[in-house]
Amino acid sequence: MLTKRLIACLDVQNGRTVKGTNFVNLRDAGDPVALAARYAQEGIDELVLLDITATVEKRRTLIELVRNVAREVNIPFTVGGGIGAVADVEALLLSGADKVSLNSSVLRQPGLIDELARRFGSQAIVVAVDARQTNETAASPADEAWEVFTHGGRHPAGREAVAWCREAAERGAGEILLTSMSHDGTRDGYALGFTRAVAAAVGVPVIASGGAGAAPHFRDVLLPGGADAALAASVFHFGDLSVAGLKNYLLAEGVAMRPVG
Amino acid sequence: MNIAVIDYQGGNVQSVLFALERLGVTNAVLTSDPAVIRQADRVLFPGEGEASSAMRALRAAGLDKVLPTLTQPFLGICLGMQLLGRHSEEGPAGGTELLGMLPFDVVRFTPPDAAHKVPHMGWNNLHDLQTPLFAGLGGQLVPGDKLGFQSGFNQAVEARQSGNSLPHQPIAADYVYFVHSYYAPVGDYTIAQASYPAGVPFSAGVRYRNFYGVQFHVEKSGPVGEHILRNFLTGDLG
Repeated sequence: MLTKRLIACLDVQNGRTVKGTNFVNLRDAGDPVALAARYAQEGIDELVLLDITATVEKRRTLIELVRNVAREVNIPFTVGGGIGAVADVEALLLSGADKVSLNSSVLRQPGLIDELARRFGSQAIVVAVDARQTNETAASPADEAWEVFTHGGRHPAGREAVAWCREAAERGAGEILLTSMSHDGTRDGYALGFTRAVAAAVGVPVIASGGAGAAPHFRDVLLPGGADAALAASVFHFGDLSVAGLKNYLLAEGVAMRPVG
Repeated sequence: MNIAVIDYQGGNVQSVLFALERLGVTNAVLTSDPAVIRQADRVLFPGEGEASSAMRALRAAGLDKVLPTLTQPFLGICLGMQLLGRHSEEGPAGGTELLGMLPFDVVRFTPPDAAHKVPHMGWNNLHDLQTPLFAGLGGQLVPGDKLGFQSGFNQAVEARQSGNSLPHQPIAADYVYFVHSYYAPVGDYTIAQASYPAGVPFSAGVRYRNFYGVQFHVEKSGPVGEHILRNFLTGDLG
């Protein structure tokens, strides 16, 4: 049967892997190509490379990184981070990326999703949505209000998150990468109610992101949370959880997984 | 051994070239030249994206006439497999006429409930495997006799048992990576199945004579994918 996916996220800046808490205090966790290859070997199901480089060199270094990862790694990977131009999407896919993830650019210009999906196929287009709960004191999950943010959570995009996810999927996104900025870096678990609301609202797979700290968090977001995939960074990078250990735990908990080994 | 990867602006050829490189094949040629394709010992036909634009690109390159005449082992991947069929529901009004090399019609997944997403995306297990393309995998091997490849199958198994051949990594389960919204139903041409939703099988692999196709991304399917690709390169595929 189709299994749920575990995804390791590599935040990359100037060709090096970094990961912060709530997107500040970046720490160096190694060489992205070596790290990607190690995760593939350990049995991770997929990888995401998020490039946060903000220099004029970005395009060239990112394409080079994508080529190097594609050369080494025998599992699918997505690349994202400040990508907006059709030509850049094409160059990254031709360099060996399986999917490109878009965020701010498609909020500015939602029609870009339609254009990219027509041109490259929905399977190659991931829309990343960074959302924050704007009423933290909501009495129940049904009362939670979630807004879309950009620029690492600093700027509100003026969009209600579930509605934006639905629109992105209808325009042709093949997958939604859903990050709760309210949970990212906390290690207290994923945003379960929010993930479930989005998973129920869209007909395409949803990757949950933000808040992973322990094995039960993965079970919760993949089963009751309804996510098709769970993404994490620090818990993998710093060795808190091994891919094999986590998969064995999830298999024992009744989550469909591609076994390791 | 000469290996041709068909280039028709139809998808992620780079990933296929890299996968071959990881298996030690560094001389694969990316080409749309019929003469080069005809001379190759193995032909790989990747495909991604949308069926009607892929067919347009194939016709523009004249490859729709060349491919059906090939005689060496040939492997269509993902959309490259689907294009071997007769017709696809994908495409502008009425769908798309395909190459017509295998007798299947490609249809869209119709999910029974909101929990089943389309595309069918992720790792799924293969079952009901036939032909030497899948020799050595841990799934249930069903030596097929109706298509007459029993002997090739046995040879591959014997080669493997005698230690002369391929597999280098132990493979616990036959999970491979799929991303597709359309599928070929199961038929006489089916040599591997996967199921989506659970219990509802579709063609994960197809074959007619020398023409093989796999719905999954063999080039991105970890050790299982590498094993199948190695079988394709070195197996007796008739």
